[in-house]
Amino acid sequence: MTRYLVGRMLLAVPIFLGVVTIVFVVVRILPGDPAQVALGDYASRDAVEALRQRLGLDRPIPFQYGSYLAGLVRGDLGTSLITGAPVRDEIAHNLPYTLQLTVLAMIVGALIGVPVGVVNALTRNRLPDSIGRVLSLLGLSVPAYYLGILLILLFAIELRALPAVGAGDLTDLADSVRHLILPAGTLGLVMAAAVARFTRSTVLNTLGQDFVRTARAKGLPAPAVMARHTLRAALIPIVSLAGLWSIALIGDSVTTEIVFARPGLGSMMVGTMLQRDYTSLQSVMVVYTAFVVLINLATDVAYGFIDPRIRY
Amino acid sequence: MGGARTQRQKMWATLFRNRVSVAGIALAIGIAAGSAAAPLVTSWSPVVQDPIHRLRPPGGRHLLGQDTFGRDVFARILYGGRVSLLVGVGAVALGGTVGTALGLTAGYYGGRTETLLMRFVDILMAFPSLLLGLIVLAVLGPGLGKMIFAIGIVLSPPFARIAHGTTLSLVRQEFVDAARAAGAGAWRILAGHILRNILGELVVLSGLLAAGAIRIEASLSFIGLGVSPPTPTWGNMIREGTPYLIDSPWLSVAPGIAILLAVLAFNLVGDALRDVIDPRLRV
Repeated sequence: MTRYLVGRMLLAVPIFLGVVTIVFVVVRILPGDPAQVALGDYASRDAVEALRQRLGLDRPIPFQYGSYLAGLVRGDLGTSLITGAPVRDEIAHNLPYTLQLTVLAMIVGALIGVPVGVVNALTRNRLPDSIGRVLSLLGLSVPAYYLGILLILLFAIELRALPAVGAGDLTDLADSVRHLILPAGTLGLVMAAAVARFTRSTVLNTLGQDFVRTARAKGLPAPAVMARHTLRAALIPIVSLAGLWSIALIGDSVTTEIVFARPGLGSMMVGTMLQRDYTSLQSVMVVYTAFVVLINLATDVAYGFIDPRIRY
Repeated sequence: MGGARTQRQKMWATLFRNRVSVAGIALAIGIAAGSAAAPLVTSWSPVVQDPIHRLRPPGGRHLLGQDTFGRDVFARILYGGRVSLLVGVGAVALGGTVGTALGLTAGYYGGRTETLLMRFVDILMAFPSLLLGLIVLAVLGPGLGKMIFAIGIVLSPPFARIAHGTTLSLVRQEFVDAARAAGAGAWRILAGHILRNILGELVVLSGLLAAGAIRIEASLSFIGLGVSPPTPTWGNMIREGTPYLIDSPWLSVAPGIAILLAVLAFNLVGDALRDVIDPRLRV
């Protein structure tokens, strides 16, 4: 087990290094001089040159790369080109909004997706299954921001029941929850579609296993077979894939934040890109990809614990 | 005729037995035809403005109403479909070619080449697809060709993974040894023997990833990247419609339905291809 864990971790390090390097290179070849961007088009040449020196942009690229890596190791994500504030603070400000949204969406997705998938599997090829499959196919095909717009039209504009934009007052719990319902519902429904589809096929697979037949053969009533044997076995892959669901949600969480004008990492990323705030963009990308690498690692480890056959 | 049917006949039979598959294929063909033949379907221009009649609701001479510049929404959706479909097909072709080439090479040569190539693929996989498309587009700037290139890069890792895995399992089989003994070179073995054997899986993947490509294109142009206005795309139409959501919701709702139908159609086509080509993969 230890060997497996260490092996997985050693594998994650070069991938993370590769990701960080790609982000660094891409940001270096983005069009436009960051110092010029920061100061605007009317800045004097001297001022731009002074800023280039202060940002270290006049140094050789390998040196910039070295100090960027050294900064990352210390947890220093640089300073924003536009505001001059530490990027780490900006990310620390935005991250909680994205985490709230994603975690709540995953709960909604699991609470809807797992039961729907189980019902689909149990009523295979009959009416409830067909309805569930059509709905999950629609959910897999609808872009999150479009579903968000439809929910805004219904709940915010037509019924005037919920706020459509912003994150509300963070110190006021009721208010922030009210602002979370629509975005988390949007993202949760998108996720529920994928979870339902996966749950259906996993439960169907499990139903065909020998141990389920044995349980039935020894005379256990159907509900007990379902609860104690089938569901228990089927839930393992579903739960251990939770991390991968959250990775799949990243793209949709970005567009969801934008359509609901919510603060968060996704809004920050798009904002920094449109403003060409390259140091901030670089750091947001690093945070996202670090998240992906860590979740992948955690999933591998979880699988290693659950299934002893998997060894590195 | 009677008697045994050919494999091809069986495949067609499988395809047409499933009504959902047929509906998906028909929908995809319908969307493609409507976009390709847009000038025949509507006489309105997607870009000519009519500021006096801005934000007119659907009905009358303009089937889906007019946008904030008085342009015909239905015409813009038809012409916008060209962008989505070109990106869907182009990005899959590009990503499929590049990814497959990477995977075949890695699987066939093994050793250091394999480690290097597949680690690179792992690194690309660590980027969420929307984010990878976003930074590639940020470097390249706006344009249809650049959008195809960016999404092509995003789609290449899954092709590389599949091609790599299946090549690994085929390389050690006897027919490859036989080909080698007969004097076939690496190129001939890869293209003539291994690629032929994994083509089915690649086609199945292509159908599903075309749907993904259309989704990513729409998301990127919704964010404000990609093909520049006034060229319509479904994503930038939704984006341009959001400020008028209260009084003119059709501006965003109509192009969204187009995205939904197109992605749905390609998902169904992907499922149909899977059922026909490789029934083992059925979920």
